[in-house]
Amino acid sequence: MDVLERYEPLVDDPEAFYETCRRPLPTTVRANPIKAPVERVRRALDDEGVAWTASEWNPHVMTVETDFPGNTWANFHGWIHGQEEVSALPPVVVDPRPGERVFDACAAPGGKTTQLAALMDDEGLVVANDSNLGRLSALRSNAERLGVTNVAVTNRDARRFSLDPFGSEPFDRALVDAPCSCEGTVRKNPEVIDEWSQSHVEHVAGLQKGILRRAVQATKEGGVVVYSTCTFAPEENEAVLDHVLEAEDCRILPIDTDLETRPGVTEWDGEEYDPQVADAVRIYPHHNDTGGFFCAKLEVGG
Amino acid sequence: MSDEDVEGNDLDQNVSHRLDRVPNTATERTVEGRPSREEIVDWWQERFGIPPETFEGHTFWEKGAGKIWAYAGNLDSPIEAESLGMSVLRTRQEHWKPTTEAAQRWGEEATRNVIVLDRERARRFVAGEDQEIEWDGDWGYLIVAHEFAGGRAPLGVGLYLHGELRSQIPKGRRREI
Repeated sequence: MDVLERYEPLVDDPEAFYETCRRPLPTTVRANPIKAPVERVRRALDDEGVAWTASEWNPHVMTVETDFPGNTWANFHGWIHGQEEVSALPPVVVDPRPGERVFDACAAPGGKTTQLAALMDDEGLVVANDSNLGRLSALRSNAERLGVTNVAVTNRDARRFSLDPFGSEPFDRALVDAPCSCEGTVRKNPEVIDEWSQSHVEHVAGLQKGILRRAVQATKEGGVVVYSTCTFAPEENEAVLDHVLEAEDCRILPIDTDLETRPGVTEWDGEEYDPQVADAVRIYPHHNDTGGFFCAKLEVGG
Repeated sequence: MSDEDVEGNDLDQNVSHRLDRVPNTATERTVEGRPSREEIVDWWQERFGIPPETFEGHTFWEKGAGKIWAYAGNLDSPIEAESLGMSVLRTRQEHWKPTTEAAQRWGEEATRNVIVLDRERARRFVAGEDQEIEWDGDWGYLIVAHEFAGGRAPLGVGLYLHGELRSQIPKGRRREI
């Protein structure tokens, strides 16, 4: 039995779910308005003979008819960035404004970081942290190619992140795009299925709780913290939220998106979770022809 | 005594993982050789005609000797970080050298020392090739661009010497397009 069958009780149409998980992902890119307006990006793709279709929920995200978007002029100029469609959701939910201070706790390789920067018109501060030094070089080169100048890159353990180097003021918003079991990326990385293990789920869930708690603590009262993963495992999603709702002063807000989503689950494997977790969204591959994803929006303070 | 101790005892030197904001003017300088904001902004104007207002929202920082970064805001100096904003310029050498990314981000504003290549030459340039080409202007570091998608689009930096344009696109950034 492969791990996807574990989630059969959560899925409305298991056959469609399995069938979509076996198919490769469409190739998608995000237009980068820091380097060029989206109209010019579209013209660039037209001039290069790359057919594109804008996504219905986000005009900057486009499906492109090429297997190698990295070898286009648009990419060389930093006008586009290869990014999976659902991975463009969390920064939109964070909804940062120009001039704000935003914490990106697990930032590498930087697709979401640079999208946050673009949503802020490249003004303010994104503290892009990652504990993995090797992955930071990808984050830095992506940020530079995309022309981002409002990002500070740090290499710390997010569970013990200190605000001291940045004036000790709490952040306006934070994104925790947590390390996870990644079954949602099966269409891109089929090996995640064989690598899955219950012990890894338990280990990584501890890490996720620690990182999300620290992000809530480091965000100001009334600020927003977004939690996202690319796993279907409730242990790494709703159970993490349940833990943090109990341990920290925060609540879950509904998410408004045109993507087709399902609510967070309030029961799994004999456990019951805080009913607020139903306001989180689950994204299954067969609903939008994307990867699998989970996203929740928290507000800090009562 | 270890190297670390040497660095720790001399706070006015460049330390890796630490970015120091550059002084506004040369008279405010406390670290020898560190360029000032005024010198940096003037250099972009003198060399490429990029107006000083372009950098109004940015502060400049030095990390390692001579490597200048542009950050889109204000922070107290110094900052302990792997990077802050974008690496834009290499100073503390006879001829200051802009980075590929700075040329791409601000090169559209340049009015001089810009060489515009046709598509085939642009391809060779981004693949990292040096090429013979006629150029009546200054020798040294030029912004290299091509016409693309309705306007001039800067590609990066070339070093022009003796009738040859040497691509300065870093290895990891080169592409066969």
